[in-house]
Amino acid sequence: MNKALDKALFKPASKAYGAVAPGVVATGVDNFANNLSLPGVVVNDLLQFKIGDAFHNTFRFALNSTVGLGGLIDVAGQNKLNARPTDFGETLFVWGVPEGTYVEMPVFGPSTQRDAFGFVVDFAFDPANSLIGKKQRQVGTAAKILKKADDRNKFSGLVESVLYDSEDSYAQSRLLYLQSRRRELHGGIDEQNLEDPYAN
Amino acid sequence: MRTSSVLSRRATLGFLAAATAFLASPVSALNDQEASALIGKLVDDLNSIINSGKSESAMFDDFERMFARYADVPIIAQSSLGAAWRSASSSQKSAYVKAFQVYMARKYGKRFREFIGGKITVNATKQVTSGYLVNSTAKLAGSAPFALDWQVSDKSGQDKMFNLYIEGISLLATERTEIAAMLDKRKGDLNQLISDLKSIN
Repeated sequence: MNKALDKALFKPASKAYGAVAPGVVATGVDNFANNLSLPGVVVNDLLQFKIGDAFHNTFRFALNSTVGLGGLIDVAGQNKLNARPTDFGETLFVWGVPEGTYVEMPVFGPSTQRDAFGFVVDFAFDPANSLIGKKQRQVGTAAKILKKADDRNKFSGLVESVLYDSEDSYAQSRLLYLQSRRRELHGGIDEQNLEDPYAN
Repeated sequence: MRTSSVLSRRATLGFLAAATAFLASPVSALNDQEASALIGKLVDDLNSIINSGKSESAMFDDFERMFARYADVPIIAQSSLGAAWRSASSSQKSAYVKAFQVYMARKYGKRFREFIGGKITVNATKQVTSGYLVNSTAKLAGSAPFALDWQVSDKSGQDKMFNLYIEGISLLATERTEIAAMLDKRKGDLNQLISDLKSIN
Protein backbone atom coordinates (compact mmCIF):
# COMPACT_ATOMS: atom_id res chain seq x y z
CA MET A 1 0.00 0.00 0.00
CA ASN A 2 2.82 2.39 0.87
CA LYS A 3 4.65 1.48 -2.30
CA ALA A 4 1.50 2.34 -4.27
CA LEU A 5 1.17 5.59 -2.33
CA ASP A 6 4.81 6.35 -2.86
CA LYS A 7 4.42 5.70 -6.57
CA ALA A 8 1.22 7.72 -6.89
CA LEU A 9 2.03 10.59 -4.58
CA PHE A 10 5.52 11.01 -3.20
CA LYS A 11 7.43 9.98 -6.30
CA PRO A 12 5.81 12.52 -8.64
CA ALA A 13 5.44 15.06 -5.85
CA SER A 14 9.05 14.84 -4.78
CA LYS A 15 10.26 14.89 -8.39
CA ALA A 16 8.15 17.96 -9.05
CA TYR A 17 9.27 19.51 -5.76
CA GLY A 18 12.89 18.69 -6.55
CA ALA A 19 12.51 20.24 -10.00
CA VAL A 20 10.59 23.34 -8.94
CA ALA A 21 12.21 24.14 -5.60
CA PRO A 22 15.86 24.99 -6.08
CA GLY A 23 18.28 23.45 -3.59
CA VAL A 24 18.36 26.55 -1.40
CA VAL A 25 14.57 26.59 -0.91
CA ALA A 26 14.45 22.84 -0.25
CA THR A 27 17.23 23.23 2.31
CA GLY A 28 15.38 26.11 3.97
CA VAL A 29 12.23 24.01 4.30
CA ASP A 30 14.28 21.12 5.65
CA ASN A 31 16.03 23.37 8.21
CA PHE A 32 12.74 24.93 9.29
CA ALA A 33 11.11 21.54 9.91
CA ASN A 34 14.20 20.26 11.72
CA ASN A 35 14.30 23.32 13.95
CA LEU A 36 10.64 22.87 14.90
CA SER A 37 11.38 19.34 16.08
CA LEU A 38 14.28 20.41 18.34
CA PRO A 39 12.31 21.02 21.59
CA GLY A 40 11.01 17.45 21.35
CA VAL A 41 14.53 16.22 20.67
CA VAL A 42 15.79 17.97 23.82
CA VAL A 43 13.08 16.30 25.93
CA ASN A 44 14.17 12.93 24.57
CA ASP A 45 17.85 13.74 25.25
CA LEU A 46 16.92 14.38 28.90
CA LEU A 47 14.86 11.19 29.11
CA GLN A 48 17.92 9.30 27.79
CA PHE A 49 20.15 11.05 30.37
CA LYS A 50 22.23 12.54 27.55
CA ILE A 51 22.76 15.89 29.22
CA GLY A 52 25.49 16.98 26.78
CA ASP A 53 23.19 16.39 23.81
CA ALA A 54 20.37 18.23 25.58
CA PHE A 55 22.55 21.33 25.97
CA HIS A 56 23.86 20.94 22.42
CA ASN A 57 20.36 20.80 20.92
CA THR A 58 19.00 23.60 23.14
CA PHE A 59 21.82 25.81 21.92
CA ARG A 60 21.13 24.79 18.31
CA PHE A 61 17.47 25.70 18.75
CA ALA A 62 18.29 29.07 20.34
CA LEU A 63 20.84 29.95 17.66
CA ASN A 64 18.82 28.84 14.64
CA SER A 65 15.56 30.37 15.88
CA THR A 66 17.19 33.79 16.26
CA VAL A 67 20.26 34.31 14.08
CA GLY A 68 18.99 31.59 11.73
CA LEU A 69 15.81 33.56 10.97
CA GLY A 70 13.34 31.30 12.76
CA GLY A 71 15.10 28.12 11.71
CA LEU A 72 15.37 28.74 7.96
CA ILE A 73 19.17 28.77 8.13
CA ASP A 74 21.11 26.14 10.04
CA VAL A 75 23.58 28.65 11.52
CA ALA A 76 24.50 26.20 14.28
CA GLY A 77 25.36 23.47 11.72
CA GLN A 78 27.54 25.93 9.81
CA ASN A 79 29.48 26.51 13.03
CA LYS A 80 30.19 22.85 13.76
CA LEU A 81 27.17 22.41 16.01
CA ASN A 82 25.82 19.59 13.87
CA ALA A 83 22.39 18.01 14.23
CA ARG A 84 22.17 15.24 16.83
CA PRO A 85 18.69 13.89 16.19
CA THR A 86 16.87 11.48 18.46
CA ASP A 87 13.28 10.40 19.11
CA PHE A 88 11.14 8.61 21.67
CA GLY A 89 11.75 5.29 19.88
CA GLU A 90 15.43 5.70 20.80
CA THR A 91 14.48 6.67 24.34
CA LEU A 92 12.56 3.39 24.63
CA PHE A 93 15.63 1.56 23.23
CA VAL A 94 17.82 3.21 25.88
CA TRP A 95 15.32 2.17 28.53
CA GLY A 96 15.63 -1.43 27.36
CA VAL A 97 12.23 -1.83 25.70
CA PRO A 98 12.42 -4.65 23.11
CA GLU A 99 12.07 -3.80 19.41
CA GLY A 100 8.80 -5.70 18.90
CA THR A 101 7.67 -6.80 15.47
CA TYR A 102 8.05 -4.90 12.22
CA VAL A 103 5.03 -2.85 11.21
CA GLU A 104 4.20 -0.63 8.25
CA MET A 105 2.39 2.52 9.26
CA PRO A 106 0.06 4.05 6.69
CA VAL A 107 1.75 6.99 4.92
CA PHE A 108 4.70 7.14 7.35
CA GLY A 109 5.97 3.76 6.26
CA PRO A 110 8.22 1.18 7.92
CA SER A 111 8.54 1.00 11.68
CA THR A 112 8.69 -1.42 14.59
CA GLN A 113 6.18 -1.67 17.44
CA ARG A 114 8.65 0.22 19.64
CA ASP A 115 9.30 2.93 17.05
CA ALA A 116 5.64 3.30 16.08
CA PHE A 117 4.74 3.86 19.73
CA GLY A 118 7.62 6.34 19.99
CA PHE A 119 6.41 8.13 16.89
CA VAL A 120 2.92 8.62 18.35
CA VAL A 121 4.37 9.89 21.65
CA ASP A 122 6.71 12.31 19.86
CA PHE A 123 3.84 13.65 17.81
CA ALA A 124 1.44 13.99 20.75
CA PHE A 125 3.95 15.61 23.08
CA ASP A 126 5.76 17.74 20.51
CA PRO A 127 6.25 21.00 22.46
CA ALA A 128 6.10 22.88 19.17
CA ASN A 129 2.47 21.78 18.85
CA SER A 130 1.45 23.34 22.16
CA LEU A 131 3.78 26.35 22.22
CA ILE A 132 2.77 27.86 18.94
CA GLY A 133 -0.52 28.98 17.50
CA LYS A 134 -2.76 27.23 15.02
CA LYS A 135 -1.46 29.06 11.98
CA GLN A 136 2.19 28.34 12.76
CA ARG A 137 1.24 24.73 13.43
CA GLN A 138 -0.21 24.47 9.95
CA VAL A 139 2.96 25.95 8.49
CA GLY A 140 4.96 23.45 10.55
CA THR A 141 2.91 20.49 9.31
CA ALA A 142 3.28 21.66 5.72
CA ALA A 143 7.04 21.98 6.28
CA LYS A 144 7.21 18.43 7.65
CA ILE A 145 5.30 17.03 4.68
CA LEU A 146 7.58 18.93 2.29
CA LYS A 147 10.55 17.56 4.22
CA LYS A 148 9.36 14.02 3.48
CA ALA A 149 9.08 14.91 -0.20
CA ASP A 150 12.61 16.30 -0.14
CA ASP A 151 14.08 13.26 1.62
CA ARG A 152 12.43 11.15 -1.03
CA ASN A 153 14.03 13.29 -3.74
CA LYS A 154 17.53 12.96 -2.26
CA PHE A 155 17.47 9.20 -1.88
CA SER A 156 15.27 8.43 -4.89
CA GLY A 157 17.96 6.47 -6.71
CA LEU A 158 18.59 4.25 -3.73
CA VAL A 159 14.92 3.75 -2.88
CA GLU A 160 14.09 3.05 -6.49
CA SER A 161 16.74 0.43 -7.08
CA VAL A 162 16.01 -1.46 -3.88
CA LEU A 163 12.22 -1.18 -3.76
CA TYR A 164 10.98 -0.81 -7.32
CA ASP A 165 13.37 -3.37 -8.80
CA SER A 166 12.48 -5.85 -6.10
CA GLU A 167 10.09 -8.75 -6.52
CA ASP A 168 9.10 -8.38 -2.86
CA SER A 169 9.17 -4.72 -1.87
CA TYR A 170 7.56 -5.44 1.51
CA ALA A 171 10.37 -7.79 2.53
CA GLN A 172 12.99 -5.36 1.23
CA SER A 173 11.60 -2.31 3.00
CA ARG A 174 11.39 -4.34 6.22
CA LEU A 175 15.05 -5.34 5.86
CA LEU A 176 16.12 -1.83 4.88
CA TYR A 177 14.32 -0.21 7.78
CA LEU A 178 15.39 -2.67 10.47
CA GLN A 179 19.04 -2.63 9.44
CA SER A 180 19.40 1.12 9.17
CA ARG A 181 17.46 1.75 12.38
CA ARG A 182 19.58 -0.77 14.34
CA ARG A 183 22.72 0.83 12.94
CA GLU A 184 21.46 4.22 14.09
CA LEU A 185 20.63 2.99 17.60
CA HIS A 186 23.91 1.09 18.01
CA GLY A 187 25.90 4.03 16.66
CA GLY A 188 27.42 1.96 13.83
CA ILE A 189 27.40 -1.53 12.37
CA ASP A 190 26.79 -4.18 15.02
CA GLU A 191 30.16 -5.96 14.89
CA GLN A 192 28.88 -8.86 16.98
CA ASN A 193 26.41 -9.79 14.26
CA LEU A 194 28.38 -9.45 11.04
CA GLU A 195 27.74 -11.79 8.12
CA ASP A 196 29.91 -14.92 8.07
CA PRO A 197 28.97 -17.14 5.11
CA TYR A 198 32.15 -19.19 5.55
CA ALA A 199 31.03 -20.39 8.98
CA ASN A 200 27.99 -22.24 7.63
CA MET B 1 52.02 -53.29 22.60
CA ARG B 2 51.22 -50.97 25.47
CA THR B 3 54.14 -48.65 24.70
CA SER B 4 53.40 -48.51 21.02
CA SER B 5 49.75 -47.68 21.61
CA VAL B 6 50.78 -44.86 23.94
CA LEU B 7 53.29 -43.72 21.38
CA SER B 8 50.80 -43.80 18.59
CA ARG B 9 48.31 -41.90 20.69
CA ARG B 10 51.02 -39.36 21.38
CA ALA B 11 51.91 -39.24 17.74
CA THR B 12 48.27 -38.72 16.84
CA LEU B 13 47.89 -35.96 19.41
CA GLY B 14 51.11 -34.38 18.20
CA PHE B 15 49.93 -34.51 14.64
CA LEU B 16 46.56 -32.98 15.58
CA ALA B 17 48.29 -30.20 17.51
CA ALA B 18 50.57 -29.47 14.57
CA ALA B 19 47.66 -29.54 12.14
CA THR B 20 45.65 -27.16 14.33
CA ALA B 21 48.59 -24.80 14.60
CA PHE B 22 49.03 -24.96 10.84
CA LEU B 23 45.35 -24.27 10.16
CA ALA B 24 45.27 -21.47 12.71
CA SER B 25 48.18 -19.68 11.04
CA PRO B 26 47.97 -20.15 7.28
CA VAL B 27 51.15 -19.35 5.37
CA SER B 28 49.86 -16.15 3.77
CA ALA B 29 47.63 -14.92 6.58
CA LEU B 30 45.54 -11.92 5.63
CA ASN B 31 46.41 -8.89 7.71
CA ASP B 32 44.80 -5.50 7.98
CA GLN B 33 47.23 -3.80 5.56
CA GLU B 34 46.38 -6.41 2.92
CA ALA B 35 42.65 -6.15 3.57
CA SER B 36 42.84 -2.38 3.36
CA ALA B 37 45.03 -2.55 0.21
CA LEU B 38 42.54 -4.89 -1.49
CA ILE B 39 39.65 -2.49 -0.91
CA GLY B 40 41.92 0.43 -1.85
CA LYS B 41 42.56 -1.19 -5.25
CA LEU B 42 38.90 -2.09 -5.65
CA VAL B 43 37.87 1.49 -4.90
CA ASP B 44 40.48 2.83 -7.37
CA ASP B 45 39.05 0.57 -10.08
CA LEU B 46 35.53 1.60 -9.15
CA ASN B 47 36.44 5.29 -9.23
CA SER B 48 38.04 4.92 -12.65
CA ILE B 49 35.09 2.95 -14.10
CA ILE B 50 32.44 5.39 -12.88
CA ASN B 51 34.40 8.35 -14.19
CA SER B 52 35.51 6.70 -17.46
CA GLY B 53 32.69 8.21 -19.50
CA LYS B 54 31.98 4.82 -21.10
CA SER B 55 28.54 3.69 -22.25
CA GLU B 56 26.28 1.95 -19.75
CA SER B 57 26.72 -1.51 -21.27
CA ALA B 58 30.50 -1.13 -21.42
CA MET B 59 30.43 -0.13 -17.75
CA PHE B 60 28.36 -3.20 -16.85
CA ASP B 61 31.03 -5.40 -18.44
CA ASP B 62 33.73 -3.58 -16.48
CA PHE B 63 31.73 -4.00 -13.26
CA GLU B 64 31.32 -7.71 -13.89
CA ARG B 65 35.06 -8.19 -14.43
CA MET B 66 35.75 -6.15 -11.32
CA PHE B 67 33.23 -8.14 -9.29
CA ALA B 68 34.81 -11.44 -10.38
CA ARG B 69 38.29 -10.14 -9.59
CA TYR B 70 37.72 -8.71 -6.13
CA ALA B 71 34.73 -10.58 -4.76
CA ASP B 72 34.35 -14.19 -3.68
CA VAL B 73 31.45 -14.65 -6.10
CA PRO B 74 30.82 -18.36 -5.31
CA ILE B 75 30.36 -17.75 -1.56
CA ILE B 76 28.16 -14.67 -2.15
CA ALA B 77 26.05 -16.64 -4.64
CA GLN B 78 25.83 -19.62 -2.29
CA SER B 79 24.81 -17.42 0.62
CA SER B 80 22.18 -15.61 -1.48
CA LEU B 81 20.48 -18.88 -2.42
CA GLY B 82 20.17 -20.00 1.22
CA ALA B 83 18.72 -23.45 1.83
CA ALA B 84 18.05 -24.01 -1.90
CA TRP B 85 21.82 -24.21 -2.45
CA ARG B 86 22.08 -27.51 -0.59
CA SER B 87 19.44 -29.25 -2.71
CA ALA B 88 20.83 -27.93 -6.03
CA SER B 89 22.80 -30.24 -8.34
CA SER B 90 26.43 -29.35 -9.02
CA SER B 91 25.64 -28.22 -12.59
CA GLN B 92 22.81 -26.04 -11.24
CA LYS B 93 25.22 -24.58 -8.69
CA SER B 94 27.79 -23.55 -11.27
CA ALA B 95 25.11 -22.18 -13.63
CA TYR B 96 23.62 -20.22 -10.74
CA VAL B 97 26.97 -18.69 -9.76
CA LYS B 98 27.51 -17.52 -13.36
CA ALA B 99 23.99 -16.08 -13.70
CA PHE B 100 24.28 -14.42 -10.29
CA GLN B 101 27.51 -12.68 -11.34
CA VAL B 102 25.78 -11.11 -14.37
CA TYR B 103 22.77 -10.10 -12.29
CA MET B 104 24.93 -8.46 -9.59
CA ALA B 105 27.03 -6.51 -12.09
CA ARG B 106 23.89 -5.04 -13.68
CA LYS B 107 22.01 -4.36 -10.48
CA TYR B 108 24.86 -2.69 -8.60
CA GLY B 109 26.38 -1.24 -11.76
CA LYS B 110 23.17 0.74 -12.15
CA ARG B 111 23.50 2.03 -8.63
CA PHE B 112 27.20 2.87 -8.97
CA ARG B 113 26.35 4.88 -12.07
CA GLU B 114 24.88 7.45 -9.67
CA PHE B 115 28.39 7.77 -8.25
CA ILE B 116 29.66 9.49 -11.41
CA GLY B 117 31.73 12.52 -10.39
CA GLY B 118 31.90 11.18 -6.86
CA LYS B 119 34.77 9.67 -4.92
CA ILE B 120 35.21 6.85 -2.45
CA THR B 121 38.00 6.92 0.12
CA VAL B 122 39.19 4.17 2.47
CA ASN B 123 39.38 5.20 6.13
CA ALA B 124 40.12 2.36 8.54
CA THR B 125 40.42 -1.41 8.78
CA LYS B 126 39.58 -3.61 11.73
CA GLN B 127 39.95 -7.32 12.47
CA VAL B 128 36.65 -9.08 13.27
CA THR B 129 35.78 -12.76 13.80
CA SER B 130 34.76 -13.26 10.17
CA GLY B 131 37.92 -11.61 8.77
CA TYR B 132 38.38 -7.88 8.26
CA LEU B 133 36.05 -4.93 8.10
CA VAL B 134 37.23 -2.05 5.90
CA ASN B 135 35.44 1.26 6.34
CA SER B 136 35.21 3.77 3.50
CA THR B 137 33.26 6.93 2.73
CA ALA B 138 31.49 7.78 -0.52
CA LYS B 139 31.21 11.45 -1.33
CA LEU B 140 28.74 12.06 -4.12
CA ALA B 141 27.66 15.30 -5.70
CA GLY B 142 24.52 16.70 -4.06
CA SER B 143 24.30 14.24 -1.20
CA ALA B 144 25.70 13.85 2.29
CA PRO B 145 28.71 11.50 2.55
CA PHE B 146 27.73 7.93 3.40
CA ALA B 147 29.51 4.88 4.76
CA LEU B 148 30.54 1.81 2.78
CA ASP B 149 31.87 -1.05 4.94
CA TRP B 150 33.50 -4.00 3.19
CA GLN B 151 34.02 -7.46 4.66
CA VAL B 152 37.21 -9.19 3.51
CA SER B 153 38.38 -12.77 4.04
CA ASP B 154 41.03 -15.16 2.72
CA LYS B 155 39.00 -18.28 3.47
CA SER B 156 38.43 -18.90 -0.25
CA GLY B 157 42.22 -19.28 -0.63
CA GLN B 158 42.57 -15.74 -1.95
CA ASP B 159 42.02 -12.33 -0.43
CA LYS B 160 38.48 -11.44 -1.47
CA MET B 161 35.66 -9.22 -0.33
CA PHE B 162 32.43 -11.08 0.41
CA ASN B 163 30.04 -8.46 1.71
CA LEU B 164 29.36 -4.74 1.58
CA TYR B 165 27.30 -2.62 3.98
CA ILE B 166 25.86 0.55 2.42
CA GLU B 167 24.96 2.78 5.37
CA GLY B 168 24.59 -0.37 7.44
CA ILE B 169 22.49 -2.23 4.85
CA SER B 170 24.05 -5.63 4.19
CA LEU B 171 24.33 -6.61 0.54
CA LEU B 172 24.28 -10.31 1.47
CA ALA B 173 21.07 -9.89 3.48
CA THR B 174 19.47 -7.83 0.71
CA GLU B 175 20.30 -10.44 -1.91
CA ARG B 176 19.19 -13.33 0.31
CA THR B 177 15.81 -11.62 0.65
CA GLU B 178 15.62 -10.80 -3.05
CA ILE B 179 16.63 -14.24 -4.33
CA ALA B 180 14.24 -15.93 -1.87
CA ALA B 181 11.41 -13.74 -3.23
CA MET B 182 12.37 -14.54 -6.82
CA LEU B 183 12.54 -18.26 -6.16
CA ASP B 184 9.16 -18.13 -4.39
CA LYS B 185 7.61 -16.35 -7.33
CA ARG B 186 8.90 -19.11 -9.63
CA LYS B 187 7.48 -21.76 -7.30
CA GLY B 188 10.96 -22.92 -6.34
CA ASP B 189 12.03 -23.57 -9.96
CA LEU B 190 15.79 -22.97 -9.76
CA ASN B 191 16.37 -23.47 -13.50
CA GLN B 192 13.80 -20.79 -14.28
CA LEU B 193 15.46 -18.45 -11.78
CA ILE B 194 18.87 -19.06 -13.35
CA SER B 195 17.67 -18.20 -16.85
CA ASP B 196 15.75 -15.14 -15.59
CA LEU B 197 18.72 -13.79 -13.60
CA LYS B 198 20.75 -13.48 -16.77
CA SER B 199 18.12 -11.35 -18.51
CA ILE B 200 16.87 -9.24 -15.58
CA ASN B 201 16.97 -5.39 -15.63
